[in-house]
Amino acid sequence: MTVLSLERWSPYAVGIGIGLVACLGFLLSDNTMGCSTAFARTSGMIERLFRGARVKDKPYYKRFAPVIDWEWMLVLGVLLGSFLSAALSGQFKIDFVPGKWASVFGSSIPLRLIIALIGGIFVGLGARWAGGCTSGHGITGTLQLAVSSWIAACCFFIGGIAAAFFIYKVLFI
Amino acid sequence: MLSRLHKQKDVQLLIGLILGIPFGFFLQKGGVTNYDVILGQLLLKDFTVVKIMLSAMVTGMIGVHFLRSLGLVTLHPKPGSFGASAIGGLIFGVGFGILGYCPGTSMAAVGQGHMDALVGGAIGILVGAGIFAAFYPRLEKGILHLGDFGDLTFPRLLKVNEWIVIVPVVILVVSLLFWIEKAGL
Repeated sequence: MTVLSLERWSPYAVGIGIGLVACLGFLLSDNTMGCSTAFARTSGMIERLFRGARVKDKPYYKRFAPVIDWEWMLVLGVLLGSFLSAALSGQFKIDFVPGKWASVFGSSIPLRLIIALIGGIFVGLGARWAGGCTSGHGITGTLQLAVSSWIAACCFFIGGIAAAFFIYKVLFI
Repeated sequence: MLSRLHKQKDVQLLIGLILGIPFGFFLQKGGVTNYDVILGQLLLKDFTVVKIMLSAMVTGMIGVHFLRSLGLVTLHPKPGSFGASAIGGLIFGVGFGILGYCPGTSMAAVGQGHMDALVGGAIGILVGAGIFAAFYPRLEKGILHLGDFGDLTFPRLLKVNEWIVIVPVVILVVSLLFWIEKAGL
């Protein structure tokens, strides 16, 4: 067994690795490692399929054109990299309901997907509202000591902790 | 600065992909592609997410500012306001707690086979981003600029050299991580 096929690495090794990737993003691409803008661009691309070229005139898509850019490719790489890691450790497995969820809410696939969809809508809305996500604000923004990112990152966890406690401790004791 | 490299669009797309692969690899090896690990963090039982984020932040903070002092990189702090950063952050956070993934870890979770991150999560994030785009003109005129402070950074706010901020932040974060380990979290 090599180190690449281990199921888990130390979170500190992982964190240092991600920090170095962020440094390379600045150095090689003059770009900030983030993930949520790629979703906004993709959303615009999908809208364009239905509504045609006038989507490009929407004020938001004038700022973030619905095209494949550096960050979009980064997010694609994230998917591939995770697959590679999971395949090497034999952890790749198609499933729909996480274990912790199933232990409280049962193994209904539609229920989990509907709740995940609702959560996802808040994540997409909030990430664009705040101008970044756990990567763009939480790591790449905080490391630049940006005031906006420190406020956003704190609020991510305040909101997240509140929602998690509400779901697991108030709804289901 | 490697400005000539930065301008080569096709090469940049390839670099984006090449940097994304280790990013996703690390996320999966760190375990944060799992709903259970992320919820464990938000329920304050398992501090894996915080350990990864803080060690990435500290590494990147030292690295990026060091590269900057050599004139090799430019900072791009995001502009913000209380209306955008705080309110948007809270909306995101609530979704983070409900979904159990963030945009980056949702894609990494898909790579590991967790389909709730794709059929529920990723589609939801696309819908949410679309909703924001639809309301953007109205939000832009109001709440997004409430308490606007622009692309301010802490060194500029405090009017000090960046290392005067970095050194204490690094010491504090490393101490916090030692404390978390000692507390067995």
